[in-house]
Amino acid sequence: MKHARVIHQGVTQHAVERDGRLLLDDGNLVSENAVTWLPPLAPTPRPRTILALGLNYADHAKELEFKAPEEPLVFIKGESTLTGHRQFTRRPAGVQFMHYECELTVVIGKTAKKVRRSDACDFIAGYTIANDYAIRDYLENWYRPNLRVKNRDTCTPTGPWLVDAADVADPMTLALQTAVNGKVTQAGNTKDMIFDVPFLIEYFSSFMTLQPGDLILTGTPDGVVDCRPGDVVVTSIEGLGELINTIEQ
Amino acid sequence: MSWMPSGTVYGTLLNFRSEVEALTAQMHQPPYKAPPKAPVLYVKTANTWSAHGAAIAVPGRVPEVEVGATIAMVMGDAGCVQGYVLMNDLSIPHASFFRPPVKFKCLDGFLGIGEHMLPAAGAGDPSDFALEVRINGELTQSVDFSQMVRPADQLLADVGEFMTLRQGDVLMLGCDLGRPLARAGDRIDITARGFGVLSNTVVAEA
Repeated sequence: MKHARVIHQGVTQHAVERDGRLLLDDGNLVSENAVTWLPPLAPTPRPRTILALGLNYADHAKELEFKAPEEPLVFIKGESTLTGHRQFTRRPAGVQFMHYECELTVVIGKTAKKVRRSDACDFIAGYTIANDYAIRDYLENWYRPNLRVKNRDTCTPTGPWLVDAADVADPMTLALQTAVNGKVTQAGNTKDMIFDVPFLIEYFSSFMTLQPGDLILTGTPDGVVDCRPGDVVVTSIEGLGELINTIEQ
Repeated sequence: MSWMPSGTVYGTLLNFRSEVEALTAQMHQPPYKAPPKAPVLYVKTANTWSAHGAAIAVPGRVPEVEVGATIAMVMGDAGCVQGYVLMNDLSIPHASFFRPPVKFKCLDGFLGIGEHMLPAAGAGDPSDFALEVRINGELTQSVDFSQMVRPADQLLADVGEFMTLRQGDVLMLGCDLGRPLARAGDRIDITARGFGVLSNTVVAEA
């Protein structure tokens, strides 16, 4: 099943996909243009942990002139950077290089502590898409990628759906792509990840307990380009849908 | 009931003058190549939060942990500071600040959190704060917040330039140089006038 979280007529609620429309928890069946989309994530009792991988595809590491890492390069985001499907992301005035990053995102389904990779799939609620924008002008070599690059308000569109893990046969063979104004600029496949999803769950849960609703953004492949105000950026992953975002000044 | 954050907890690196001075010679060398321009922040995820009085478990592979004693700002609405709280930001000691410190700072329990929030009204100027760290009763560090690189207001303004701190979010003022080390069996007490004490014990992970 595909889950969403939306605002319809002022009411924030859960919804599921039904024949290309949204079946809201209040019983209404509406078009996907009739709602404001939020990240497809239920609220958590404590702030969710949002882990994001850098350089997790060999081709992207090469593109950025880094050798592939020997252990995961991970950074953390706060929740204020998340926004929903069909929302806007601001490009600050005067910057030279702002690019999308299409990423398979794992949503944790139950408390995960010292999980073995062979058991990792039992701890996954489902998957969504994140567009992990970066503004490279602000990169500094202190805790890089630094929060000024990666933790900006609305710079991590997420959604549209949370797709149940049971509906994704193999998360490690999904085609992913990004199109800017209809032109495909990034194409890859999750099979090319350096550290795959089961490895990442084992690695993180070896020292930090993950809770339901925590996220792992698993990195992006080759093919990032500068995005300008007005650009419509569609990040999509096979079976998970298309996440639409528009750049604004 | 101990006070606990409701939002994201951010830490601040290099916000004490002696911390910056100790690294000045390296700042123009690889991998850093230049001193930082914007505040250097990190996140202490919810799995790290430990209440006052809690025992904090340290993995057997970690002989000593570094004590990052600090005071943090708790955000109210509209970007105002609601209050201040003592924090014990534990780390596995690490010499490089090039990559985000997740595996050094986000272990379960690695953030002691003061029992009470001191309301901003009446707390005075954070640059007048001072705290002391004792390990097993012995004074091991004194921190004078007049030595901050960015005083509280400027830190908030410079962070606010690139991200919004929401109501309930927490931003630490920074941890000075001379951070004490603690090992399994040690009791860490952090005290500051008006705040009382934040105590945690370090235990070996079962």
